[in-house]
Amino acid sequence: MTGSRNFLSRLSLSLAPLLVALLIAILLLVATGAPPLDTFAKLFTGSFGTSSKQADTFVVWVSLAIVSAGLLITFTAGQWNIGVEGQIMVGSIFATWAARGMWEQSGIVGIPVIILWAMVGGALWALLVAVLKIYGKVNEIFGGLGFNFIATAFNIYLIFGPWKQKTGGTLSGTEIFPEALWMPTLPELRVSPIAIIIALFVLVVIYLSLRGTLWGLQLKAIGKNIRAAFVLGVPTNPLMLSAYAVCGACAGLVGAFLVIIVHHRLIPSISSGYGFLGILIVLLSSFNALWLAPLALFFAAVSIGSTALQLELNIDSSLGGVLQGVLVLVVLLMQGIKEKVISK
Amino acid sequence: MRVELKNIHKHFGAVHANNDVTLTVEGGSIHGLLGENGAGKSTLMKVLSGYIHADGGEISLDGKKLKRFNSPADALRHGVGMLHQDPLDFPPMTLLDNFILGCDASLLQPRARAEKEFRELCQQFNFDLDTNAFVSDLTVGERQQLEIIRLLWLGARTLILDEPTTGISAPQKIKLFATLRQLAADGKSVIFVSHKLEDVEDLCHRVTVLRRGQMAGEAKSPFVTERLVQMMFGQQLNIGKRPNVELGAPVIEFDHLTLKDDRLTVPDISLSVRMGEVLALAGLEGSGQQLFLQACAGLLPPSAGQLRLNGIDLTRKPYENFLRAGIAYMPADRMKEGLVPGLSIEEHIVLAKRGKKDALIDWTRTRQTATAQITDFNIKGIPTTRVEALSGGNQQRTLLALLPPDLKLLALEHPTRGLDIESTLYIWGKLLERRKQGAAIIFASADLDEVLQYSDRILVFFGGRVIETVRSSETSVEQLGYLIGGKKQ
Repeated sequence: MTGSRNFLSRLSLSLAPLLVALLIAILLLVATGAPPLDTFAKLFTGSFGTSSKQADTFVVWVSLAIVSAGLLITFTAGQWNIGVEGQIMVGSIFATWAARGMWEQSGIVGIPVIILWAMVGGALWALLVAVLKIYGKVNEIFGGLGFNFIATAFNIYLIFGPWKQKTGGTLSGTEIFPEALWMPTLPELRVSPIAIIIALFVLVVIYLSLRGTLWGLQLKAIGKNIRAAFVLGVPTNPLMLSAYAVCGACAGLVGAFLVIIVHHRLIPSISSGYGFLGILIVLLSSFNALWLAPLALFFAAVSIGSTALQLELNIDSSLGGVLQGVLVLVVLLMQGIKEKVISK
Repeated sequence: MRVELKNIHKHFGAVHANNDVTLTVEGGSIHGLLGENGAGKSTLMKVLSGYIHADGGEISLDGKKLKRFNSPADALRHGVGMLHQDPLDFPPMTLLDNFILGCDASLLQPRARAEKEFRELCQQFNFDLDTNAFVSDLTVGERQQLEIIRLLWLGARTLILDEPTTGISAPQKIKLFATLRQLAADGKSVIFVSHKLEDVEDLCHRVTVLRRGQMAGEAKSPFVTERLVQMMFGQQLNIGKRPNVELGAPVIEFDHLTLKDDRLTVPDISLSVRMGEVLALAGLEGSGQQLFLQACAGLLPPSAGQLRLNGIDLTRKPYENFLRAGIAYMPADRMKEGLVPGLSIEEHIVLAKRGKKDALIDWTRTRQTATAQITDFNIKGIPTTRVEALSGGNQQRTLLALLPPDLKLLALEHPTRGLDIESTLYIWGKLLERRKQGAAIIFASADLDEVLQYSDRILVFFGGRVIETVRSSETSVEQLGYLIGGKKQ
């Protein structure tokens, strides 16, 4: 019986911040002169109202679910992999690079190679941060930030330089890929069932490896006390590298999907801030893999729904981002308060 | 100042750390608070000094009732100051900066006045402290002296000292006790928290004994040792004799080994330790013992010389080679270097396993192993207990349980620091079993009785150098006390 009561009290503790965040959101809406109920209704219909909107929401969900699963690994190892945004972008660049080499290939051959190559690219970009951190004592936040800038600049260079369209470099991106290299989607919709299956697979694998493998336990140990873990005999450097490689590979996978499912070419700022949203999702999940899928769905819905606000209520679509940010801040604040109450 | 704690209760989760504890300390007296680890001494003192809030009970100072203190600073404003076991100071700053830090006078630092009063206080207690020196250059004893005058300057009329005689030398202890007696004579009250009977008997006017969060009794000086022990443990303990062991072949050999860190150089050590031998490292804290132990364990590569284990050269080899060769290191700072807070006992058992490990963890088997180890090592916990929830003695037993079988060399830093007599005896019992199996043991300790009782040979460190190697059977606490103070007789 205590188990279920415990569950209820824990559930109410996790719901309280949501309610506070909702309250602040309503206040914000009232302050900006938007009708709160209408806005929330539009957010919902804007993300789930039609099958095409549902499809768009799930396209975003795939990216957020995979990248947050990867980030859970680096967070478990105690690392703030801020560089994840750049790792997505390098994934897209590697995907495009592979596609350019297989312009005439069939999808059966081309798509798996593109995906794998993008994962290699993301992993390598992440390993740069890890190597700087381990051997050069560069804090991973600064390293990651730096590599994000480099990835963005390199992407722009490619789009306007070596990979520019025949008609000349343009902000709209590179040449559209041949349709054979597009990931198959449902008819008339942008969502790919294969991508959803891959995302679920990634979530399950990450969940299981953190729960039941030696690797997962060792990651937890270095995240909580790297010195003691080392003294106990945990190989800290290889583990740290593997955590970054796994997270980078996940980011690269997202980068590949953005290219072959969503845009069908490389565009500037292709990573769309999904890496940073992934960080917020992991923070909200209190590092519990089971929460990643529902939280990613919520964030995807707010992202897609808020574009409808602009069209229908003439509210700036950035409101969605504000809501997401407020939610995360309130949840972290409540966690802080809870810890303070317990420790006194 | 007369301090009264009435019916104090404090819970940590399911643990009732203070259960209806009442304590009265008269002004002008030194009051001992005695008890084994986990008895609730530190909790009670943290309540009195404002670090934590009690769940129930009241505090009164000179008859004035208070609900509670809001913070340590609040307690200090009311005249209660606490010296922690590890001094809470700022090593990279000067003594004067540390001295001024806690004063909330104004925007401008009252440097000139502070310096003058610092010197006056030093003179009053016959302390030799330089205002411009850095705290990082002080010994633990000197840091205590700094903390005492700082608290007095900030208006403390009651001083709480938590295990103050751990890690200081014999001459420093004599000075500390003289200081405390002088404070009591001035009408201040002193609360002396300890598990060392000898210190309490030597110093205190009255003593309160805690056992498992409750009052076990009170006594007045002169004390009857047997009665105090009985109150502490509920039984009497006898200290066992160390069995003699035939020494075998050399396990570890050092050849002109030189060690360095950013602070200290330990030059030119040549010696070998044999199977079954126990080598003690004596010396003041920070005299080079830690560097030596870390070098033995492969955590600090020597800057010169050679280190061989069972005849194999391991100089500057990675740590994992040392692990494979059968070396284990037990650090003094259990929660920083030994255990991973947030992980459970069973998770530690998986992490610490050496040799071939399975990629998938068999939790059922791990739980069985953990349960067996918990029983075997008498740990008060269950397999899923997080290590930070264990008391110090139980954390040390857990570290011991994590040591793999068939070790060749154990490098132990303060293996029983802060532990009560019962845990100490238990841990040494387990260690000496290893020795019987042929392992060599090298340990550092500040407790000279422990050094003499358990070792075959003693290296005495002073200022980074080994100034003397003595056989334990041919020396005494007095001689060692002189040696670690840098005096050869």
